[in-house]
Amino acid sequence: MSGALVLIQVLNGLQFGVLLFLIAAGLTLVFGVMDFINLAYGVQYMVGAYLAVMFYGVFGNFFAALGAALLAALLFGLLLEFLVFRRLYGRDHLDQVMATFGIILFLNHAVRMVWGAAPLTLPMPDVFSGSIVLMDGLLYPVWRLVIIAAGLAVAAGLYILVSHTRLGMLVRAGAANARMVSALGVNIERLFMIVFGFGTMLAGFAGIMIAPILSVEPGMGDNILILAFVVIVIGGIGSIRGAFMAALLIGLVDTLGRSFSVDILRLVMAPSPARTVGPAIASMAIYLLMAIVLYFRPAGLFPAKGR
Amino acid sequence: MAGAIFATPSAAGRLRSRRDMVVPALIFLVLVLVPAFAAATAQKFLIDLTARIMIFAVAAVALDLVVGYGGMISFGHAAFIGLGAYAVGILSAEGVGDALIALPVAILAATLFAWITGIVCLGTKGAYFIMITLAFGQMIYFVATSLAPYGGDNGLTIDARDTVAGLPLFKSDTNFYYVILLSLLATYAFCRALVASRFGRVLRGAKDNASRMATIGFDVRRYQLVGYVISGGLTGLSGFLLANSTEFVSPAYMSWQRSGELIVMIILGGIGTLDGAIIGAAAYLVAEEWLSTLTENWQVIFGPVLVLIVLFARGGLIGLCVRFWRRRGAFS
Amino acid sequence: MTTPMLRLDSLRKGFGGIIVTNNVTLDVMPGEVHAIIGPNGAGKSTLVNQISGLLAPDAGGILFDGRDVTALPPHARAQIGMARSFQITSILPKFPVLENVALAVQARSGSSFRFFGRAADERELNLPASDALEQVGLAGRADVPAGDLSHGEKRALELAMALAMKPKLLLLDEPMAGMAREDSDRQVGLLKRLKGQVTMILVEHDMAAVFALADRISVLIRGQLLTTGLPEDVRADPEVITAYLGEQME
Repeated sequence: MSGALVLIQVLNGLQFGVLLFLIAAGLTLVFGVMDFINLAYGVQYMVGAYLAVMFYGVFGNFFAALGAALLAALLFGLLLEFLVFRRLYGRDHLDQVMATFGIILFLNHAVRMVWGAAPLTLPMPDVFSGSIVLMDGLLYPVWRLVIIAAGLAVAAGLYILVSHTRLGMLVRAGAANARMVSALGVNIERLFMIVFGFGTMLAGFAGIMIAPILSVEPGMGDNILILAFVVIVIGGIGSIRGAFMAALLIGLVDTLGRSFSVDILRLVMAPSPARTVGPAIASMAIYLLMAIVLYFRPAGLFPAKGR
Repeated sequence: MAGAIFATPSAAGRLRSRRDMVVPALIFLVLVLVPAFAAATAQKFLIDLTARIMIFAVAAVALDLVVGYGGMISFGHAAFIGLGAYAVGILSAEGVGDALIALPVAILAATLFAWITGIVCLGTKGAYFIMITLAFGQMIYFVATSLAPYGGDNGLTIDARDTVAGLPLFKSDTNFYYVILLSLLATYAFCRALVASRFGRVLRGAKDNASRMATIGFDVRRYQLVGYVISGGLTGLSGFLLANSTEFVSPAYMSWQRSGELIVMIILGGIGTLDGAIIGAAAYLVAEEWLSTLTENWQVIFGPVLVLIVLFARGGLIGLCVRFWRRRGAFS
Repeated sequence: MTTPMLRLDSLRKGFGGIIVTNNVTLDVMPGEVHAIIGPNGAGKSTLVNQISGLLAPDAGGILFDGRDVTALPPHARAQIGMARSFQITSILPKFPVLENVALAVQARSGSSFRFFGRAADERELNLPASDALEQVGLAGRADVPAGDLSHGEKRALELAMALAMKPKLLLLDEPMAGMAREDSDRQVGLLKRLKGQVTMILVEHDMAAVFALADRISVLIRGQLLTTGLPEDVRADPEVITAYLGEQME
């Protein structure tokens, strides 16, 4: 367990955390402001990646594909909103969950029909491919650093938007008490659409950024969605700050847990059982973390709604 | 209030009259006759399909208890199926293949998991509950995939169905069919009694207005936890039956899609009716069988259908039937 | 010196930067009808919510029948004899009227961890429930789903539920709100008949009802207790008139 290895995994954990944040941010806002549980958020992430692959085939250039795909993802999200989601606002959570579940089923398999079940790749831009030397004997892929940087930039941008603009103030107020905001005369539907559209693009952006590293395949959004739920539950629904903290925490715990669980366990038990039990415990780690946080803070660490 | 032959979703919950018993009586009559029918028409697959329907119906009935009557939307119930199934699988792999041990262990495992996760889940409010049950379900799924000695991702084949006190009572498909039928009957009867009981009334009251129930003097959280644990345990029974039926266990049994499918079943049939859970399980699995003959990606058809049902056909199949009967003026 | 049925000791509660309950100290004596009046926004409902346990005070204590209940959850307070009605009617709309009250009886009739037997058929619960319904005049509506009742009837149902709990203390949060004259007259008549049998805290705007029922009145202005006294004294108190009553009595 060398220092270099730990540093690599910490960076990986940050990268994963940043990715989770991009998805969780939109999810927590949509849920906080609109009280809408959107399971189909994960497919938004997947659709973003597929669109990027498709546009890359057309333009042959990553950035062009990124731009086109973001736009297309936004349009697609708005289409879904128009067709289905807006009929679900105000309905009880069970209806929302079931309808969005239906959308997941549909899209996961529609994507399979159109593009096939085999994983696709999206090449990263040449300028960012390759690795750089961080310290002696430590090479780290540039693209992962780009993801971290992009994620932090988005986080900073969101922070400024949410705490220093009027729109951000409306969003925060909406997250704390949507009915009050509406009663104050704010066009709550337009606010919803803006929040929703924004969230859609964030999810799509995350999918596009991660595509060069992971493969693009049907169902890729499902697991990430559930992790995003864990993030917003730990962070506190409606809170961007909470989502950020929780996302980084989970990214680190999960990555470091998976890499070092066996090593950590070997401090207290023999190698063989450690190797069996380690991976199992690692996969449980973030859920145990969630359970512990919720036991002491049922509303999450930074809930948007006051007590 | 029209007295329907269907036990319509209502706060009363109990079977109000003989007429309310018509539907369950019909359902179980059909189920009893299936093996004879299958033999007569030489369609063995009917027994397999109906057995599968009944196994999931056990889980669906248990789920309806917490979702339809208790108002707790659990999106992680497949975890209990998985726990029950893996209890059977792991015990079998370790040389213990008797139902007298496997069944209690299966139910105990599911019950314990329900109790521990329930304590965490029920401390939070509605929307969090859905996400947390989803997360815990996912957790168990991943634990199963990382159990290398027990097949991991690929799952585990079981040598033979459990014996009962040494006797191979489950061996014949037809015999085992009746075991499943009896399990479903027992589960259904128990849940029917439960929702009408004092305990059930507290649960239903909590769904209607939890804060009112608290100010009357009920510790709502405690009752909900017990309800959730009972539901989890019963679903573990479903897992026990599933593992024995297919002689195979796999993490796929507890994927979150499976949890979603369970909810789809009770919505299809009609939430909060218990009869609807059985009907919905049948409807879903039959639809799945049929649609998958049309196309491998049958979910592209089913997904939108589900959305349409949620948007326009609340109350599921039973709700549709009730509306139909009411319009025909069949009841005063 | 009789133990007060309810003692509030320097109660404080704030939301964000706003102090809604400002050092409230109050004694409610057994058997009395104690009214709490004040303009909208004075913090009356917040106070009632703290008494019944739905809100936790930031500071101060609550003693119920001599017992410190400050940390006790709402259901536990209900169990030891505190019943309440809500400002915005809170009943079980999907249940028949009788079952609403029967549930209130059930909470104090032995264990509810019974998994068999039909609760709706239990005479041990239904008889006391019917009695309560008789008292409030809802006996003829026993089988109607509670959600179908008129506003006045729902209020009466709430009262029936509270009475069925055989409470030591009845917290009534604006029981006359939104009621037609005849309904509220009936309600006042009913509460008059209960006077002396059960201690009541009456939060109300309807001054006619207050002066008809109250033994003592406390006036809450902006979270602070302005004064507590006999109705005729409070009525004549110049400070109270300026702050509140002046608007009420034209």
